[in-house]
Amino acid sequence: MNNIIIKNIVRFLFLVAIQIFILNQMHFFGYLTPFIYILFIIILPFQTNKLLVLLLAFATGLTIDIFGDTPGLHTSATVFMAFVRPALLSGLFGKLDFGQNEEPGIKKLGFGGFLRYVIVLVIIHHFSLFLLETLDFNRFFDILKTTFLTSLLSISLIYIYIFLFTRNK
Amino acid sequence: MRNLFIFLWNNRFFSLFLVLEVIALSMLSTSYSYHRSLRFNLVNDASGSILGVYSNISDYFYLKKENQKLLNENAYLRNQMENAFLKTDTSAIFIDTLYKYIPARVISSTTNMQTNKIIVDKGKIHGIEKEMGVISDNGVVGIVVGVSNHYSTIMSALSKNANFSAMIKSNGQLVSVSWPGDDYLHGEINDIPSHIQLSEGDTIISSGNSIIFPKGLFLGTVVEHNQREDKDLSKAKIEFYVDFNNLHYVNIIKNLMKPELDSLIINANNE
Repeated sequence: MNNIIIKNIVRFLFLVAIQIFILNQMHFFGYLTPFIYILFIIILPFQTNKLLVLLLAFATGLTIDIFGDTPGLHTSATVFMAFVRPALLSGLFGKLDFGQNEEPGIKKLGFGGFLRYVIVLVIIHHFSLFLLETLDFNRFFDILKTTFLTSLLSISLIYIYIFLFTRNK
Repeated sequence: MRNLFIFLWNNRFFSLFLVLEVIALSMLSTSYSYHRSLRFNLVNDASGSILGVYSNISDYFYLKKENQKLLNENAYLRNQMENAFLKTDTSAIFIDTLYKYIPARVISSTTNMQTNKIIVDKGKIHGIEKEMGVISDNGVVGIVVGVSNHYSTIMSALSKNANFSAMIKSNGQLVSVSWPGDDYLHGEINDIPSHIQLSEGDTIISSGNSIIFPKGLFLGTVVEHNQREDKDLSKAKIEFYVDFNNLHYVNIIKNLMKPELDSLIINANNE
């Protein structure tokens, strides 16, 4: 039990550090910055209390916002993603049985299943992030384009992280 | 009342979501305007010092480039020194300092947002205040919007809410420079009267009409001007002088006359 908490704290610190120190300083093609920190929320154990997931999402988003001085931006997008997560999990994998402390992963959900789960959450997060940031419907096409390209980068990084650092691939 | 609590408790997931989202969105609402971001920001010494440690390391990679930049700037400044001029005009003397420049190191910056922020390692104790101008090697970078004791955040010219008073160097026509929000290399000038001829490569400089920036700092050069017959005012695309994606050191401008000018404006408004 304690083990899983420590593991998640370490993961939180590691992902936030990668985001702040490396990814936030990078601008692929001049303007694309991938977001890997949301993986912390994505792969929290299935049975985590839904309310706790919301609070953790709030804390994660706020941490990123403090370091980039973007008040509320990442917080609102991440909280929204955490809000969708339980419905998505039961919608996609309602028939599966999840053990205590089991995390979403390729082994449990299958390659296609996990990929679908990650893609939906990443796109929901990125789309709400860019929409809230721009708040200009004249630029709707730009928002879609940035969402699509950034999601591609984020999902690739998420998979690299999963293959390198998690055991239940 | 009791029913309300029961209802909220039964829908506690949704209620908590709403509460957290309202907190986040009310923070976010401050970032949609320049004046509101002056009032609320998250810059603080703790996050600043963590970012500072990292840029201490990464700065070594840019030393060569920065040296070259400094050399160029030194040469430019030498050219403006008193002894670089042939003294025929004896009426020009420097009476008092008007601007003081405070050098600062960039510890974090973005170019991919709609409101781009730069965090630097100088703050209140170094004399930085909100609404001071920021330049890098004679090019306009942005305006200070938040200060903590040791750090400050700058809203860069790459912000949809930022407008800079500028002028066309060749004819002194006043224009305003803004950023349309698509790429970090190019900005836009608006309100160009139809009789003004602009050609590619024309320089846009700060007008000196605001108390934030002195006159003559570079903003960019014109790359495209679409003049239209049916409109009185046209737009032009400019390339920014400053490379926002490659910014490591900046100077913050303190206008020593600002308190006096401010009280003058307040007095004028009161009367």
